[in-house]
Amino acid sequence: MTLKEIKELLQAEVIVGKNCLDEEIMFAGGSDLMSDVLAFGKPGLLLLTGLSNAQSVRTANIIETKAIMYVRGKKPDKAGIALAREKGIPLLSTKHMMYTACGLLFSHGLPGVSGLSSKK
Amino acid sequence: MTKSDETLLSQHFEITGGDFNNAGKASTSIKEILQEIGIDSSITVRTSIASYEAEMNVVMYARRGELTLNITPEKLHLKLKDEGPGIKNIDMAMQEGFSTATDEMREMGFGAGMGLPNIKKNADKFELFSIPGKGTSLDIIFCLNKTEKK
Ligand SMILES: Nc1ncnc2c1ncn2[C@@H]1O[C@H](COP(=O)(O)OP(=O)(O)OP(=O)(O)O)[C@@H](O)[C@H]1O
Ligand SMILES: [Mg+2]
Repeated sequence: MTLKEIKELLQAEVIVGKNCLDEEIMFAGGSDLMSDVLAFGKPGLLLLTGLSNAQSVRTANIIETKAIMYVRGKKPDKAGIALAREKGIPLLSTKHMMYTACGLLFSHGLPGVSGLSSKK
Repeated sequence: MTKSDETLLSQHFEITGGDFNNAGKASTSIKEILQEIGIDSSITVRTSIASYEAEMNVVMYARRGELTLNITPEKLHLKLKDEGPGIKNIDMAMQEGFSTATDEMREMGFGAGMGLPNIKKNADKFELFSIPGKGTSLDIIFCLNKTEKK
């Protein structure tokens, strides 16, 4: 699924990365806990989160997520936006809540992080 | 000094306890350095994750600390040393889910109790020393030589 399709499906607003909407997203994961993300995340992830401080973008950069989708209409702070610009990480924001946003994406064929249940 | 433990690169970062605005910046810089010098991308991700978790712990629990990155032809070594309350029960702290994080820290996205176990999982070698009331130090080592097994 491309970022553009994801944006339309979730009626999301693009905060950073208007030129990156052709990027293909292969899998996604949602959490408000950054060390969960650091434990389950894999490079290429679309991260759905309700956590909007700069740590969300720092965490995304560390694990090399493709993009962040903020849920519940959250918007990242200035430091987060600046880092996302610098690192080329698209930031989007949807009004949907976490469960609905994940459900919509999953039911349209975007899988979760593979191997999560089989992780040693 | 043999050739294999010759230091190729060494970088030092100061970490301030409670400074959540800057929390994670040292690890972000470390990641940039590793990318710049062309370290294997999976080792770069594993090192950055470990560094970030360790840095966050210093910010969350200690008064101050330092993070040193040392690279030799064979190893990448992250050393963290902090002045703070230390860890009384290391076995407990190493368990997934154990956390003494405050509500404020949880609101900021931390306190899953996943940090230390995840550092250990990503590292090739991991050692934690702590003196309660004084501080904690971590040695996190990654092998750059791919024939060495994880
Ligand atoms: N540098 C440190 N100084 C003092 N106590 C520490 C330090 N690092 C970890 N701890 C203690 O060990 C516990 C477990 O640490 P760990 O990093 O695994 O989880 P956490 O920091 O609580 O949550 P998370 O890392 O998932 O955000 C902490 O809650 C804290 O009590
Ligand atoms: Mg931690």
